[in-house]
Amino acid sequence: MSETTVSEEGPADGRETRLSVPELGLVVLVGVSGSGKSSFAARHFAPTQVVSSDFCRGLVADDENDQSASADAFDVLHYIVGTRLRRGLLTVVDATNVQQAARRALVDVARAHDVLVDAIVLDVPEQLAVERNATRPDRDFGSHVVARQRRELRRSLPRMAKEGFRRVHVLRGVGEIDAAAISYEKAWSDLRHLTGPFDLIGDVHGCRSELETLLETLGWRIERVDGRAVGAAHPEGRTAVFVGDLVDRGPDSPGVLRLVMGMVAAGTALCVAGNHEQKLVRALDGRKVKVAHGLETSLAQLAQEPPGFVEEARRFMDGLISHYRLDGGKLVVAHAGLKESYHGRASGRVRAFALYGDTTGETDEYGLPVRHPWATDYRGRAAVVYGHTPVPRAEWINNTICLDTGCVFGGSLTALRYPAKEVVSVPAERVWYEPVKPLAAPGRSDPSALAHGDVAGTRYVETRLAGRVKILEEQSAAALEIMSRFAVDPRWLVYLPPTMAPAETSGLDGHLEHPLEAFAEFRAAGVPEVVCEEKHMGSRAVAVLARTPEAAAARFGVQDGTSGTVYTRTGRPFFADPARTAGLVALLTEAMEPLWPELRSDWVVLDCELLPWSAKAGGLIREQYASVGAAARGALPEAVAALEAAAGRGLDVAGLLGRTRRRAENAALFRDAYARYVAPVSGLDGVRLAPFQILACEGRALITDEPHPWHLSLLSRLDHEIIAPTRSVLVDLESGASRAAAVEWWTALTEAGGEGMVVKPAAYGTGRVQPGIKVRGREYLRIVYGPDYTESLGELRRRFLGKKRSLALREHALGVEALTRLAAAEPLWRVHEAVFAVLALESEPVDPRL
Amino acid sequence: MLLTISTTARPATDLGYLLHKHPGRVQEFGQSFGTAHVFYPEAGEDRCTAALMLEIDPIRLVRTRGKSSPDFSLGQYVNDRPYAASSLLAVALADVFRTARAGRCAARPGLPAVPLPLSITLPALPCRGGPGLARALFEPLGWRARAEALPLDPAFPEWGESRYVRLTLHGEVRLADALNHLYVLLPVLDDAKHYWIAHDEVDKLIRAGEGWLAEHPERDLITRRYLGRRWSLARAALARLAEVGDDVEEALEPPVEEEPEGAAESRVPLNTLRREAVLGVLDEIGAHSVIDLGCGSGRLLADLLKRPALTRIAGTDVSTRALTMAAGRLGLDRMAESRRSRLELFQGALTYTDDRYAGFDAAVLMEVIEHVDASRLAALERVVFGAARPGHVIVTTPNVEYNVRYETLTGLRHPDHRFEWTRAEFAAWADAVCDRYGYTVGHRPVGDDDPELGPPTQMGVFTRV
Repeated sequence: MSETTVSEEGPADGRETRLSVPELGLVVLVGVSGSGKSSFAARHFAPTQVVSSDFCRGLVADDENDQSASADAFDVLHYIVGTRLRRGLLTVVDATNVQQAARRALVDVARAHDVLVDAIVLDVPEQLAVERNATRPDRDFGSHVVARQRRELRRSLPRMAKEGFRRVHVLRGVGEIDAAAISYEKAWSDLRHLTGPFDLIGDVHGCRSELETLLETLGWRIERVDGRAVGAAHPEGRTAVFVGDLVDRGPDSPGVLRLVMGMVAAGTALCVAGNHEQKLVRALDGRKVKVAHGLETSLAQLAQEPPGFVEEARRFMDGLISHYRLDGGKLVVAHAGLKESYHGRASGRVRAFALYGDTTGETDEYGLPVRHPWATDYRGRAAVVYGHTPVPRAEWINNTICLDTGCVFGGSLTALRYPAKEVVSVPAERVWYEPVKPLAAPGRSDPSALAHGDVAGTRYVETRLAGRVKILEEQSAAALEIMSRFAVDPRWLVYLPPTMAPAETSGLDGHLEHPLEAFAEFRAAGVPEVVCEEKHMGSRAVAVLARTPEAAAARFGVQDGTSGTVYTRTGRPFFADPARTAGLVALLTEAMEPLWPELRSDWVVLDCELLPWSAKAGGLIREQYASVGAAARGALPEAVAALEAAAGRGLDVAGLLGRTRRRAENAALFRDAYARYVAPVSGLDGVRLAPFQILACEGRALITDEPHPWHLSLLSRLDHEIIAPTRSVLVDLESGASRAAAVEWWTALTEAGGEGMVVKPAAYGTGRVQPGIKVRGREYLRIVYGPDYTESLGELRRRFLGKKRSLALREHALGVEALTRLAAAEPLWRVHEAVFAVLALESEPVDPRL
Repeated sequence: MLLTISTTARPATDLGYLLHKHPGRVQEFGQSFGTAHVFYPEAGEDRCTAALMLEIDPIRLVRTRGKSSPDFSLGQYVNDRPYAASSLLAVALADVFRTARAGRCAARPGLPAVPLPLSITLPALPCRGGPGLARALFEPLGWRARAEALPLDPAFPEWGESRYVRLTLHGEVRLADALNHLYVLLPVLDDAKHYWIAHDEVDKLIRAGEGWLAEHPERDLITRRYLGRRWSLARAALARLAEVGDDVEEALEPPVEEEPEGAAESRVPLNTLRREAVLGVLDEIGAHSVIDLGCGSGRLLADLLKRPALTRIAGTDVSTRALTMAAGRLGLDRMAESRRSRLELFQGALTYTDDRYAGFDAAVLMEVIEHVDASRLAALERVVFGAARPGHVIVTTPNVEYNVRYETLTGLRHPDHRFEWTRAEFAAWADAVCDRYGYTVGHRPVGDDDPELGPPTQMGVFTRV
C-alpha cells in the first residue's frame, strides 16, 4: 500500500480537479517562490494544518526572509511536522521544496511517523511568479532566484514519484491550480465505522473442520455447495474477523480459504493478513522461498485444486490488509499484534510488525525468532486482538489478547466475542502438526510489569466521578519513593482510601465539631438519608482477600502461595513479618466464609479499621503523644507548686496559677485520650479488624454499586473473634426527631471515649457531594489539636476546609476509579495509575488536623 | 516551661539585684511565642529562689507563623513546648535576664564577678541523648548535675523512659555564666526539628558561648546540633505521608550509607573498599558506560567521573533527597560542560521498568537489594535483568555471617535493611536470576575475607550470556 504513483489529474478545461490526499498524512507543497503555495494552502486547509518555512524563519530570526536562519528554521519546521504527525494530524508543508534534499527530509519525517506523504506541485510560468514577487516588498530577491528554483523543479519532476511519495499531484498553470479541490482518502486500515458485533477468530492453519465447529458453536449458519462450506452468515448479523494464518500445516487449507473467501466476499467476515498467507503468495508467485513450517502442506493441497481457485485464493491473500481499526478505534486486529503508535498508520515497518511481531533479529534455541514482548509495554486504550504466537490459553494482557491457541498443534481453536469479550474455544480434533517447541505463555516478561512512565511526572488521570484529576510532578516523585520502598506488591495494592473532611466547624459552646453541621450539609445537598457509622480509633486498613491461593493466582497473578494481604493507608504492610500478615489473612478469609456465596466471588476487597491503634502506631504514640504527656507530667506539678509558694508569700499569681492548674487537668485528659487507644498486642492476639465497606469483588465495584446500609448489614453477619462490629444509625434528615436521636447517639459514643463518627449519604451520592464527613468527639480532638485546645476554641474555629474537601473528592474519585477498573478486569497499570495518584495527592500540604 | 534558680549565698535576696527582678514583684514579659513570668517562690536571707515560667499557647504559636512554613505537621499543635524547658525557654531567658547575662549590676557592682552557690532546676528538659549527655554537657562547666529520666507513661512501664529529664545543677558559678550555659545548652539538648529559631538567633547563641564553648569537650556535638537541621520541601512531603500512615517521620528517611561501628581490624573503611572493588570490576570488563542504580549521595558517581574511559555515566535513586545530596556532592551546577555531558542523574525506582536504564555496558547495584522487600525482589530482577539487560550487573550486599564481627551490632546493619544474606543465600538467589534471565555470575569477596565467615561484603558479577 505504499506504492507510489504519479497521477496527473485532469486537464485545465475549467472542470474541477480532485486531488485525493491521505486523511492522516503529510502533504508537501512544491513550487517556486511566487507560485501561490500559501494562497493555495490557505484556500484548502485550516491555518493550523499548514506549517510554512517563512513562518518558522520568523520564529527563529524575527525575519521571515532571513535566509541565514534557514537551517534553524527547518529544524523547527521538522519538529512541528513530526509532533503533529505523531499526534495523528494531517499536516501541510508550505515551502518551496524544489530541491530533492528538502523533500527527502520531509519524506523521512513522514516515514518516522509511519504516515503516507503526498506532494502537490504548483507549476506556474516563471514570469507570473516573478511578477507576483515584485508586488511583495518583503521579497526583494531578483528574478534569478525564481529562475534557479524553476530549473531545480524541472529537473526534479520526472523523478519525484520515486522519492517516497504515495502520489505526486501536478497542477499545471493557474487554471488547474484554481480549479483544484481536495478530497480525503481514508487509510485502508480504517474501518472504524464498523461497530460489530464481532466474532474474532484465532489462527486456523487449515483446520477446516474445527473452524466449522467453532462457527456453529458461535451460532453461525454455514452455507454449503456440494457438501463444501463456501460461506457463513450469523442470524444476528455478526461479523467474523480472522486474525490471519488461515493456511499451512493443517489438513485443509484450501477448504478454509474457500469458506473465509466466501464470507469476506459476502461481507460477513473480515480477514487480516498473516505471515503464512504472505509467504504462500510469494511461493505461488514463483518467488524463491524456503518451503518449511507447513508451507509444504498448503502447496501440496492447492496442487489438487483447479487453477482458477488457486488464482482466486492467491489474489485474495495478496489483497489482505495487515491491520484493521474497528468500532470507532476501540478495537484493533492484526495478525501479530500492533503497538499503539502504529494503529492506523501505514509503512513497511507497520506491516512487518503486524505480520511478524516485534522481532529482535535474534533466534531462540528452537531456531524461531525472538520477539519483544510488546504487549507487556502496551498502554493503549484500543483492545488489540491478534494471533501468531501459540499460547495455552487466550488471556488479556494490558488490553491485548492472543487468540492463537495452537489448534493445528492439538490445542484449540479460539474465538473472542466482541464487545462481550467472551472467549469461546473448541478443541482440536487431533494433533495435525508436531509443534517445534512447547506452547508457552506470551512473552518472557511478567505481564504485571509496571513502567516508570505509568506513574511518574505530571499526570492527568481520567476518572468517571470527577473528570480529569491532575497530579503534580513533585507529588508523583514523593509517591514513587514511598511506593517503591515500602508498599506491598502492586498486584495486591488495588485501592488506597481517600482522605476525609471533617464537618464544618461548629459554633456550639465547647465544640469544634458537632453532628448538626454534617446533617445540615447533606440536607442542603439534597441527600434525604444518611448513615452514621462509628469511627473506630485504630489504623485504616485495606484487606484484599482471596478464598484460596489458587484464586489469588488466577485473579491477582500472585503465585507465591499467599492468598491476600492487609495494608495501611499508604500501602505499607501492617506487619514487618510476612507470617503475621499471612496469619491475619487466614483469619479474615475464615471470617468471610458466610459471605462468599452471597458475593458470588472468590475474592474481596474490604475497607476496615485495624484495632487497636497502638498495634501500628505504637512508635507514633510513644514519640508524639506520650512524650508530650511525660513533659506535662514532669513540669506542671512543679510549676503549680512554685506558684503556690509564691502565692503563699502574698504575691499576686492567682491568674497564672489558675491557668496552670487547668493546664494540668487538660494534660491529664489528653493522656487519657491517647491511652484509651492503647492495648497490648502480641502476635495477632489483641488485633481486631472492623470492616465497614466491601469495596469490590468479582465483576463489581461495590463501593458505588451498593448503598451503605447494604454493606453494613452484610458485614454484620461476620461472626468471628477477629472481627470488630461497626455500630451505626440511619438518619432521616427530614425528621427532627431522627436527627436529634443521632446527635444523642454521637454524644453517648464520644462521651464513652469513642473517636466519633462518619456521616455518609445512605445511597451512593454523585457529583460534588462529599462521600463522607467525620464528626470527631470533644476529648478525641485533644490528641489532634493539643491538650489545651478547649481553651482556644475561638481561634481554632478559624479553620479552612476548602482544600481538604476538594482533596477528599479527588481522592475518592481516584479510589472509585481504581476499584471500577479492578472490577472490570482492566490491566494492572490502569488500576495502579489511580492508586498511585491517591498516594501522590496525599503528599499535598493540607492542615493535618482536619 | 519552668526554670528555677536558687542561691544560699547570704543575703540570698541579692539574687534579685543580680537578676534585675525584684523578689516582691511578679513580672510579665511578652515574647513572640508566649509570655514569660518571673516570680520568687521563696525569698529569705538564707535561701532565695527565682522562677522563670514560660506560658506558651501552641495554637497561637502556629497561627502567628507564616502559612508556607515547611514544618506543616501535626506535631505543631500536639507538642511539648508548653511544658518542656526547650529552646524557647532559652530565648525567653536571654531576653528577660539580658542585663544579668551580660554580667552587669548597677546596685551591687561587685556581685556579678563572684561565683555564688547556685542550684538550678529544670523539671522537664528535653534531652536527646539521655541523662548522660546532660551531665556530659554541664559537668565540664563546673556543675554537679543530677539528671533523672522521666518515664514516658507510668501506666505503661514497658514503654520505658521519655526523652525528658529532670535536671538539677549545683555549683559555685557566676550567675552570668550560669545563664549563658543554659542559653546555649538548652537548645542543644532539645535538638528539636520543629520550632527553629531564625538563623541570626543561631549566631547569637554561638556568641553566648564565648569563653567556654571553644574548650568544651563536646564542642563538636554542640555546634553540629545547631547547624545540622535543615529541611527541604521534599522532606516535608515525605513527612506528610508518614503522618498519613501513622508512622513516625523518621521511619521514611532515605537510608544513608553508613557502616556499623566496631569491626576492629578494618583500617580502610568498608565503603571505600567496596567502591574500589566495583571500580576494579568495571576496569576489568572494560565498561564504557555504567549506571549506578540506587546511587544514594553519589560517592561512587564521583569516582566514576574521574575515569575518562567511562563516557556515559548515570546515577539514579528513588529518593529525591538523595539525588539532591548527590548533585551537591558532585557540584552539578558548576561542573564543566564536558564532564557534565557524561553524567545523567535522575529519579527512578527499581520496581518499575524504565527505558532510561537500558543501553549501558554495566549496571551497579551497590548495597541496594537489601533495601528492597524480599517479596519485591522479583520486580527488581525483572526491571534490571529482564528489561534493562545491561552486559554486566555488579551486585554487592552484606554477608550476614560476618555480622558477629561487629561487636556492638544487634540485628541488621542498617534499620532500613529488609534482609541480609549468608553467602549461600546470595549464591542461590544469583543462580536463580542467571537461570531466569540468561546471565552467568562470579562471586568475589570485598574486605577482609574471614576463613570461616567470609568477607563483610559479598559481590556478584553477572554477565549476560
